[in-house]
Amino acid sequence: MREALVEFRNVSFRYGEDQPWVLKQVSFTIYKNEWIAIIGHNGSGKSTIAKLMNGLLFPQEGTILINNVPVNEETIWDIRKEVGMVFQNPDNQFVGTTVQDDVAFGMENRGIPREEMVKRIDETLTAVGMESYRLTEPHRLSGGQKQRVAIASVLAISPELLILDEATAMLDPKGRMEIMQTVSNVRERLQLTLLTITHDLQEVVQAERVIVMNEGEKWKEASPREIFAEKKELQRIGLDVPFIATLAEELKQQGMPITNEPLNHEELLEDLWTLHSKM
Amino acid sequence: MDITFKNVSYIYQQNTPFAHRAIDNISFHIPSGTFVAIIGHTGSGKSTLLQHLNGLVRPSEGEVKIGDFLLSHEHKPKNLMELRSRVGVVFQYPEHQLFEETVAKDIAFGPENFGVEQAEIEQRIKEIVPAVGLSEALLARSPFELSGGQMRRAAIAGVLAVKPEILVLDEPTAGLDPRGQKEIMDMFYDLHQQQKLTTVLVTHSMEDAVKYADHVIILNKGTKYMEGKPEEVFIQQEALNQVQLDMPEMIQFMQAFQARFGTEIPFMRQTVEDLAVQIQEALKGVDVHE
Ligand SMILES: Nc1ncnc2c1ncn2[C@@H]1O[C@H](COP(=O)(O)OP(=O)(O)OP(=O)(O)O)[C@@H](O)[C@H]1O
Ligand SMILES: Nc1ncnc2c1ncn2[C@@H]1O[C@H](COP(=O)(O)OP(=O)(O)OP(=O)(O)O)[C@@H](O)[C@H]1O
Ligand SMILES: [Mg+2]
Ligand SMILES: [Mg+2]
Repeated sequence: MREALVEFRNVSFRYGEDQPWVLKQVSFTIYKNEWIAIIGHNGSGKSTIAKLMNGLLFPQEGTILINNVPVNEETIWDIRKEVGMVFQNPDNQFVGTTVQDDVAFGMENRGIPREEMVKRIDETLTAVGMESYRLTEPHRLSGGQKQRVAIASVLAISPELLILDEATAMLDPKGRMEIMQTVSNVRERLQLTLLTITHDLQEVVQAERVIVMNEGEKWKEASPREIFAEKKELQRIGLDVPFIATLAEELKQQGMPITNEPLNHEELLEDLWTLHSKM
Repeated sequence: MDITFKNVSYIYQQNTPFAHRAIDNISFHIPSGTFVAIIGHTGSGKSTLLQHLNGLVRPSEGEVKIGDFLLSHEHKPKNLMELRSRVGVVFQYPEHQLFEETVAKDIAFGPENFGVEQAEIEQRIKEIVPAVGLSEALLARSPFELSGGQMRRAAIAGVLAVKPEILVLDEPTAGLDPRGQKEIMDMFYDLHQQQKLTTVLVTHSMEDAVKYADHVIILNKGTKYMEGKPEEVFIQQEALNQVQLDMPEMIQFMQAFQARFGTEIPFMRQTVEDLAVQIQEALKGVDVHE
């Protein structure tokens, strides 16, 4: 049996009593060491879910468990040590006056020894390609450089659960791939559970499981392949499928019997080859 | 208005030990009415370059001309306010341009500042809010109580409300959901065509650059690396890879197709639908039974 790390049980949330419910009876489980993606239209409740996981917000209804411990005012300080989060806009989370102070900050809070800190600052800044900016003030970085530093800061604390809320949206495609590769390596090495909230369909394909949000409700939960098989439905709720899935769909429309729901170039080329050999 | 950069360099914290040359000797000319895409790796100087377009910064060396406005180290245009009413900039992070109490006030701020009449402002808000996909119910809310994508839409609405002649967009679709990305880019494109705007788009999406731009400028480490038509620039795999970039996914697939089946499908900025037809046609001519 897989072990649960995060459980949402009928969670409902609104930002004020006179405000609409932005999460409605949401339930799901995230298991240890898995990579899960949450997708959904703007305002569907994704960032709210992330903030509930580390106790920046508390639900009016339902329960949230992390490692079987309910998230509440008393447990939150311990839980935050296990949950690392990168926000949509990194400006909101820089605390240090230099890049290296910023990476050190989270570790200081967790009482990590000085020697280990120095080592991790080196490792994580190198991993995100920002080692030459150690002494730069964070507000003097470019948009994508800020995101790289924010990711280094959270990797340095090696949390049990890592939440990336559109944390790579400002990176160029190669940079985005490299950073996700770095995170993925760390995940394998340190057995970390990864939750990515993203509009990047390529990133979704890499996850093991996807939760789709729509208007504050959980719309669906399945593998990327199953999710992306429902192109029409996804488009109806403001989403889309990756380029290869779109092309496969068009080929089907032309009467080519492609059945495997290909998600990458090799898979589609393979399907075309097989089909063609039978023609 | 035409945009001309002549040997422009920009140095952050000039004359300090931290001096950093973010833009290095860049020259180009963008005729009025062009839709240009600026592309480059993280930290290549894109946002710094854009800040010259409405006089937020002036070149440390060289000169920038926007229509009749001249900006250089020595020369600051007297009517900077007028320049800013004619050049609208959507910043990379929407938080940097939202500050009013409510979303409605935020959108009205620009046109009010430039002396547009109240009735006209209300009219503009009525048109723009649905066009950026923002629900009317959010107008009374504080811009800081919005989701990331809603904030982005509010920031875009505020810039459009000024009705600029030059539209400057710094990764305007980051944070938008897939439908929003397409709708907002289509909206910019329609505006560009209808109002004969000059549009400068910074983007990491090669797909958007190919789809919307007439001209592409690629930056690398603060210098101009390449420029030209998108269909000419984006097929140069090696040159792109040298500077951390890649071809649009469609072109990558076409080349992989050619490698596998030996048949070339030329890139002509076709739609996915057209590509599907061409693939089927191409397969008819391929013999895999030898
Ligand atoms: N501080 C706040 N006060 C009131 N309402 C808020 C606040 N923050 C978010 N909301 C509202 O809650 C809903 C869910 O917001 P949330 O930020 O969770 O969306 P999201 O799925 O992350 O969207 P995006 O893709 O745009 O980032 C939205 O309708 C938003 O307007
Ligand atoms: N305020 C500042 N002070 C000093 N240096 C800066 C400042 N802003 C940016 N820089 C530096 O100038 C260079 C260019 O930054 P710029 O923001 O123009 O890059 P960019 O191409 O927009 O990158 P991104 O795609 O990451 O947004 C970077 O190396 C950056 O670190
Ligand atoms: Mg969000
Ligand atoms: Mg930038």
